[in-house]
Amino acid sequence: MEQVFAYTKGMVRTDTSYCPGCAHGIAHRLIMETLDEMGRLGSTIGVAPIGCSVQAHKFMNVDMCESAHGRAPAVATGIRRVHPDKLVFTYQGDGDLASIGTGEIIHAAARGEKISTFFINNGIYGMTGGQMAPTTLIGQRSTTSQSGRTVEQAGAPMRVCELLATLDGAVYIERVALNSPANINKAKKAVRRAFEVQEKGLGFSLVEFLSTCPTDWGLAPADAMKWVSEKMIPYYPLGVFKSPEGGQA
Amino acid sequence: MSEKVLMKGNEAFAEAAILGGSRYYFGYPITPQNEIPEYMSRELPKRGGAFLQAESELGAINMAYGASASGGRVFITSSSPGIALMQEGLSFLSSAEVPLVVLAVCRGGPGIGGIHPGQADYLQVTRGGGNGDYKVPVFAPSSIQEAVDLIYESVELSDYWQNPFLVFTDGILAQMMEPVVLPDPRPEMKNEDIKKHKPWAITGYGDDDSKRAVVKSLRMVPDDLEKHVEKLFEKYARAEKELVRVETLGVEDADIVFVAFGTVARITKEAIELLADRGIKAGLIRPISLWPFPYGAFDLITDKTKVVISAELSMGQLIQDVKIGVGKRFPIGLINRTGGIIPTSLEIANRAESILKAGS
Repeated sequence: MEQVFAYTKGMVRTDTSYCPGCAHGIAHRLIMETLDEMGRLGSTIGVAPIGCSVQAHKFMNVDMCESAHGRAPAVATGIRRVHPDKLVFTYQGDGDLASIGTGEIIHAAARGEKISTFFINNGIYGMTGGQMAPTTLIGQRSTTSQSGRTVEQAGAPMRVCELLATLDGAVYIERVALNSPANINKAKKAVRRAFEVQEKGLGFSLVEFLSTCPTDWGLAPADAMKWVSEKMIPYYPLGVFKSPEGGQA
Repeated sequence: MSEKVLMKGNEAFAEAAILGGSRYYFGYPITPQNEIPEYMSRELPKRGGAFLQAESELGAINMAYGASASGGRVFITSSSPGIALMQEGLSFLSSAEVPLVVLAVCRGGPGIGGIHPGQADYLQVTRGGGNGDYKVPVFAPSSIQEAVDLIYESVELSDYWQNPFLVFTDGILAQMMEPVVLPDPRPEMKNEDIKKHKPWAITGYGDDDSKRAVVKSLRMVPDDLEKHVEKLFEKYARAEKELVRVETLGVEDADIVFVAFGTVARITKEAIELLADRGIKAGLIRPISLWPFPYGAFDLITDKTKVVISAELSMGQLIQDVKIGVGKRFPIGLINRTGGIIPTSLEIANRAESILKAGS
């Protein structure tokens, strides 16, 4: 009988530590399936962040290290300078990348560092229990914005793709969402393009995934997916912000 | 070994790291160590390595962590406020058991302080400075030659011990020139050989995912973390036996025994000669390793000694280890300057004589 589907070798056969309805598992699988399809699992080195995905190395079947909070792009830079022939990626959440790690991500992008960053934006600090992130939406409640975030008190949410796309070294920047099968298919293509840009040595690439946190949002998994569609995408538009061909692809 | 050459401290330190086998340098400009990144930016690309100017010291030490976790030999340098920023990384690397050689060129503090020589980061470098239970071996050279030798040796030691190593100096050694003999270059470690020497390194596992490597620090289960810290401390206990370095000079039967390291130890040696002219016999314990501290050397002090004096460029930091070494056997005095001021040998001799007379 013809085999039409197989579990990717890119994922370790174990249960993840993620909550039901969290899209980390989807993002993990897209990245690892892509590396598997590219035949690069054995020649890729990943960097895990601080946050819920600090233990991503338990699930992603590539050589990996942990990094201090926000420092993953610097760590990946060090790895890539020693191993210019390997694919190197960071996997980072919004607290890690867009708050404590802004210095590292901006300068890795500005240098055109030949790494790929997978940025999980769920608009909240998951691991520490639901505090406001730089990406928390206006009006969104968190444990440190209990009546809803206001511009007066905390400023407006940061749009990371738009910010990084202004840098010459950032060669491929795309925002995708993990809220529907169609968008998940698009997300996988974005992952592939990010790695291809790195393989060709063109510069820095980043894919932002709009993701879910049903636990800290206080929503059922299905409602969390709906929330991505209705609340996040209007503020964080999907699409390619930068590509080697120039402009929107 | 090379012929004797006249070199500026910072450039000799950089060359020693390259000869020792380091090929990766990540740094951020800070006085008084800037000649090192300048030298590395020029030399490393020519010698099969890479130099990168980081966005900050936080960036630098985390780049160093990535490069070393993936098997590269890494040397980084900074000065006091920059070393403060690097403490996050030193704690992390110690926990993850990743090698690194760090040269700390100490200046006056606290805060921004000044750029002139100091030793006021003594407690920071010997007691940790980052979070958690960990130790970093620290060597304190008192000449450019000794610094060259210690940096060269530390490249290999940090690989062997799988731990960061610190070389602790100041702006005097960094900025002055002295004749040095450079050691022979160690064979370069090629990328294809990394796994032979460092099976734990993350280099990509190739065809066999049973060889997958993970470099990590997090241990969420208390039992796991306790076991890990205990394992680290078994290593540190061994280091306390094997890494102690000390020079002693005329300690037996001395009226005064000085304890001083680095630049101050050099000045103290002159002060000892001045005191001898006055009929006062003085000796010196010069710790070369600040951690592990050479407490054993204090057993050489005989009952004839009237006072043990800590001479230091800080407000009584080295003296804390002197107190541990001396116990209740002898009175302890302090001769110190801070703010970037270096005492002259005459000042040390005069103050030591006053302390001796006040005690008798």
